[in-house]
Amino acid sequence: MPNNQLDPNKWITLYADYLFNYTIVRVNDRETAQDLVQETFFAGLKSMANFKGEASERTWLISILKRKIIDYYRKINSKKGQAEVRINYNADTESEGDWLEERVADTYDRNAEDQIQNEELGLAIEDCIDKLPEKQATIFKMKTILGYDTETICNDLNITASNLWVIIHRARTALSGCLEQNWY
Amino acid sequence: MSTKFKFFISCEEAKHICDKSQYGEASFWEKVKLKVRLSWCHITRAYSNKNSKLTELMKKSNIDAIEQEKKEEMQRELQEEMSKY
Repeated sequence: MPNNQLDPNKWITLYADYLFNYTIVRVNDRETAQDLVQETFFAGLKSMANFKGEASERTWLISILKRKIIDYYRKINSKKGQAEVRINYNADTESEGDWLEERVADTYDRNAEDQIQNEELGLAIEDCIDKLPEKQATIFKMKTILGYDTETICNDLNITASNLWVIIHRARTALSGCLEQNWY
Repeated sequence: MSTKFKFFISCEEAKHICDKSQYGEASFWEKVKLKVRLSWCHITRAYSNKNSKLTELMKKSNIDAIEQEKKEEMQRELQEEMSKY
């Protein structure tokens, strides 16, 4: 069995965005998601001694993150004093008629399924981005996901515009190939 | 004639324009040149299809990322935390 090692210096670069995407679909708030990711890294540092090297670094961090997300929901739930789950079949007293009929799932509503698929797609894309060289990944994310201007990126990273487009081109080609293998 | 007014472009140039147009940064004239090339060059066409598909997937996935500055801040905090161990 390969003995995986931990290297906290690289955690942010390697896993921050992956964990962030995993979290954001669950908590729906960027600030909270960022905090949870950072808390996960801190907790990871604290329990480094417990890492047996059986799982990959990322899997291990995800397992910590999962607990952090549950904790987060527990906390906001107890704050509201709503630890118990209440189900109201018909909170809206205005509507008449048989509640069962009203509650039947709408078969045309495919939101839930779509959402699950989109989340998987997001993580698949993140996986493919992780395989890119670090510089390509950073620039591709800044340009495509964060939507920064070409000029801003060039100034920030001290590269020329033609440099940027060559990097974007390589990243896009590699990503298309990777997604073709792993997604389509 | 300067390259700016060249009507027929190379495959490389076509791919470059194609990349730019994915980010809405290709000019009208560039798009015309790309269209002409797309009409007869199957390599450019294949690339263009793949490229649009990737853009579409990126949009559909709602993928997000942490801002660069925030990441640097997180890195500093983590470094600080690490020094305690």
